[in-house]
Amino acid sequence: MADYLNLFTTVQATGPVHHGEALGPGNSPRTGHPGISWLLGKIGNAQIGPIYLGGLGLASLICGLIAFNIIGMNMLASVNYDPIQFVRQLFWLALEPPPPEYGLSWPPLNQGGWFLICGIFLTASVLLWWVRVYRRAIQLGLGTHVAWAFAAALWLMFVLGFFRPILMGSWGEAVPYGIFPHLDWTAALSIRYGNLFYNPFHALSIVFLYGSVLLFAMHGATILAVTRFGGEREIEQIVDRGTASERAALFWRWTMGFNATMESIHRWAWWFAVLCPITGGIGILLTGTVVDNWYLWAIKHGVAPAYPNVFPPVIDPALSLGVKP
Amino acid sequence: MKSMSFIRRVATYAAGLSAVLLLTACERPFQDSVQHGYRGTGMVQVYNPRMLAVKTEANQAPVALPAASGEGPKAGQAYKNVQVLGDLSVAQFNRLMVSITAWVSPNEGGCVYCHNPANFAEDTKYTKVVARRMLQMTQAINSEYKTHVAETGVTCYTCHRGQPVPSQVWFTANHQPYGSNFMGDKAGQNEPSKVVGLSSLPNDPFTPFLLGDLNIRVNGPTALPSGNRQSTKQAEWTYGLMTHMSESLGVNCTYCHNSRSFQSWENSPPQRATAWHGIRMARALNTGYLEPLTATFPEHRKGELGDVAKINCGTCHQGAYKPLNGASMLKDYPELAAPSSKAAQVAAN
Repeated sequence: MADYLNLFTTVQATGPVHHGEALGPGNSPRTGHPGISWLLGKIGNAQIGPIYLGGLGLASLICGLIAFNIIGMNMLASVNYDPIQFVRQLFWLALEPPPPEYGLSWPPLNQGGWFLICGIFLTASVLLWWVRVYRRAIQLGLGTHVAWAFAAALWLMFVLGFFRPILMGSWGEAVPYGIFPHLDWTAALSIRYGNLFYNPFHALSIVFLYGSVLLFAMHGATILAVTRFGGEREIEQIVDRGTASERAALFWRWTMGFNATMESIHRWAWWFAVLCPITGGIGILLTGTVVDNWYLWAIKHGVAPAYPNVFPPVIDPALSLGVKP
Repeated sequence: MKSMSFIRRVATYAAGLSAVLLLTACERPFQDSVQHGYRGTGMVQVYNPRMLAVKTEANQAPVALPAASGEGPKAGQAYKNVQVLGDLSVAQFNRLMVSITAWVSPNEGGCVYCHNPANFAEDTKYTKVVARRMLQMTQAINSEYKTHVAETGVTCYTCHRGQPVPSQVWFTANHQPYGSNFMGDKAGQNEPSKVVGLSSLPNDPFTPFLLGDLNIRVNGPTALPSGNRQSTKQAEWTYGLMTHMSESLGVNCTYCHNSRSFQSWENSPPQRATAWHGIRMARALNTGYLEPLTATFPEHRKGELGDVAKINCGTCHQGAYKPLNGASMLKDYPELAAPSSKAAQVAAN
């Protein structure tokens, strides 16, 4: 009997490769000849391709590549075009947003101009890709859930790089394009705005982030555990509940008294996933625009607890008289 | 099934190799954690006992020379061109000169590092002119910045540690050293710099904060916006300076701050006030003592942009939260405690 309780798919069902169903007018032909990859079949479907590129996909890739190259060329220039240093320092390098003094005006190329150009192309790229995802779903007769989930991620991206900088009146508030630099920026944002830990939308976002991970693990484990009873045929189990579904449900009722159903677990997962960037985006949008100091906000509203003072009283030396300035 | 075990083996090796690679940058356990605030608030200092041992060893103060008699003629009468230490007796003066040689230039030929052997009084060597100014600086630190150095004080050795140029000094960074200014600006950050603990934070926070006096504080005073225009980018510069302080003193953020609110003085450990005065001290020394020596220093002692070596927290602290592990060398050299006339009084007492 096939055993699904494995890291890898142990049984690969392969047949004649297929191109997928015929597409109606207004669609491009699919690109590439489908093939079989035994290795990729270990973790997913063994059939690779064909891919649907289309006008939107092509435009998105071109815009994305332009943005990618602007970032890469700026990084390369910042190490004097030394390929070895480029690789060694790659995690440190970045394309930085303009200095704050430029506000929302157009800065010189090397002072954030490249950053804005890159942002325009990257935005175009992800928006075109979003339309592509939406249109492919419609063409296949699917719901548009994937497109809207993607839109939730784009919301956070646009809040960080577009809506919030505009509300703050400075492109300099945007996130740098770089590995470590964007992490240091994240820490600096929290420090500047009085500790994002006290931002309730940040907290909600973390709940949905960790919640998504938890749900993913619970769901994946449940389905793997009942595949021996046919539980991996989730859609069939939704309309025709078999012993796999019943056992899975019983397991969770035993262990925590409540269980999702074969269909609702996916709704849970979808909402947890999309609410992570949606609430996170709200939290970022409020930061600096509506709330300037989240710690003081939390004190004001009784959110931050008070602790006993263990240090002798410290007074801000800047307020004392007679100190050296 | 043969192929299965092959994949397993490859996966195991790959996982093992990546684990080793990921861990190479880590310090090996175990670290000591010392509570430094109210329980449960994460106010702890984390020390690596192995690195602490190295630092403790590296920050030992040298033994002081036996005190010299204050009797006899004054150095100002016995020697020519003694501008700072003229009130000392000849014996005291020579004891200090010998000590300075041991502290600053033990391997540079002794007296001749600063003095012309044919005429000790003349100021032809730049090192002598700089040394005189540094003596005045030391006296100023010990008398005017007790808020930072307390009664422990500093001597030449606090920074020099047997080297003509202290091991931790800074020059203004040349942020775009390459020809083109068309692209590739790093905005003063984004390189693996030890100044900021190998983060990508701005790696010359000294020029704006320890030479200039730009605003280090980025937090606003109110919950809702009330006109604080400090930006996230400015917070990165502050963060860079704070990382330097943390690295220089071998401490966590929580040594001076309650990290729930970096700005709140009410929640801060008292060390923060000491550090506040230290920032002002470093700034005043850089602008008042080091920078005016720009014309005195020869080119090979200057930085890329032609500026003199300057002071930051690491110059004295060198990894210890109290330089030289808190040992006071000043008590053996009271002439360095204050400018001349006062020093004479101290010595007389």
